[in-house]
Amino acid sequence: MAVVIIGGGQGGFQTAASLRAEGYQEPITLIGDEPGIPYQRPPLSKGFLLGKQEQRHAELRPAAFYETQRIDLVTARATAIDRLARRITLDSGENIEYDTLVLATGARNRMLPHGNVVYLRTLDEAAEIRQRLAIANDVVVIGGGFIGLEVAAAARTLGKQVTVVEGQPRLMARVVAPVVSEYFRSQHEAKGVDVLLNAQLSGITENEALLGGRTRRPADLVIAGIGVEPNIELARDAGLPVGNGITVNEYLQTPDEGIFAIGDCAESPNSYAEGLCRLESVQNAVDQAACVAKIIVGHRAPYGAVPWFWTDQYDIHLQMAGLPMGFDQVVTRGDPESRKFSVFYYRAGKLCAVDSVNRPADHILARKLIGAHAAVSPDQASDESFDLKTAVS
Amino acid sequence: MPKITYISNAGVSRTIDVPVGDTVMEGAVQNGVDGIVAECGGNCQCATCHVYVEEKFLALLKPMAEDEDAMLETTASPRKSNSRLSCQLHVTPAFDGLVVHTPPTQQ
Repeated sequence: MAVVIIGGGQGGFQTAASLRAEGYQEPITLIGDEPGIPYQRPPLSKGFLLGKQEQRHAELRPAAFYETQRIDLVTARATAIDRLARRITLDSGENIEYDTLVLATGARNRMLPHGNVVYLRTLDEAAEIRQRLAIANDVVVIGGGFIGLEVAAAARTLGKQVTVVEGQPRLMARVVAPVVSEYFRSQHEAKGVDVLLNAQLSGITENEALLGGRTRRPADLVIAGIGVEPNIELARDAGLPVGNGITVNEYLQTPDEGIFAIGDCAESPNSYAEGLCRLESVQNAVDQAACVAKIIVGHRAPYGAVPWFWTDQYDIHLQMAGLPMGFDQVVTRGDPESRKFSVFYYRAGKLCAVDSVNRPADHILARKLIGAHAAVSPDQASDESFDLKTAVS
Repeated sequence: MPKITYISNAGVSRTIDVPVGDTVMEGAVQNGVDGIVAECGGNCQCATCHVYVEEKFLALLKPMAEDEDAMLETTASPRKSNSRLSCQLHVTPAFDGLVVHTPPTQQ
């Protein structure tokens, strides 16, 4: 009963680790296409760029862990799945047989058509950006989402002149309410970052970024963080259904019962959203991995963890619980001027998400409130004298 | 390097040399100490690196920040007065000899 996991990121690693923690004794093979041992990505756009963390801090476990846990690490790219033979082929030409296959293939960065742009996803890419930041003066960041803003914050903290170029009318527009976008814009500007909204990169010269019309900025380093595409091709070519991700059911299973998909590459039913949902987060990768490990050892239960996310920019800690998609009402708890506030999102009268800025206690309660489908009215949420704990039963 | 001793709930003791600047969590994870999971990777987001610090060492530790305090409300094993998240404990030379106990469960 061999388990083969394709993808050596957070989800792939966690599947292997959770299987062993659940007492699974059969062979486990973890196939990753990056050199080295599995590592976590969140520090790469934060402490690693600042030089506060090194590669060994990002590594999820030391090399010896994989030996003692009998997890066979293979560095290769899987090129095909033969579902009838239950066998995958690697780019080395080698074949590996499986009884259960877990696809944790992750995602890859969307790219701009321009040359001379660097991207951040892997440790190698982060190391290159760190080196180039050391000698850069003018940094242009394309994309005002989590990654772009974290990189901008790191570059500014290192004393660089930083411009953020965002195509939408506000920052992090895909994931947060306007009040949160506005708060982060004001904080980046207060730190001296030049934030350009409704703006797009039109070209790059030797030392400038051209931003349409007459707008241009000096640039000796252009970094883009403009979202990702899920790695679905392997599944699609094996005849498995794909949409905005490899499509799985509430047990994270494809229609082929021996094949699961988890993490950034998978779209699954999510009780906190409407319809199928593909999430890009550590929480989602880790919790889906743990769910699949349990199913493989015989504890079959549907996936249902509350989604949560975080981003750190300067000393601002934004924590998000739930999914705000389709929200139609927002109330604020606490005053953004105080630098500590939470935003409660409602969909059809029901609390669906909470963003907390430097209010970690609210975030922890929000995970519980949303998980319990607790009733907290907008009036209660915005009233600081109302104790949120009383709504968690 | 400061020596830190991790004692499991079953009483198994391991003493590790942990570099100054690393966290007590990293010292455990990088040396394969059981009982510390650190699912979120040391970002004070998951409470799976919960430890009980031996009382006499508590004064050595920096007071906990608001986020650690909030996260400690979600530990799988009971929170006690000597509970800390080991990812928030950055090792200083004064940590030499520190003893922490890992809880019965982290998840």
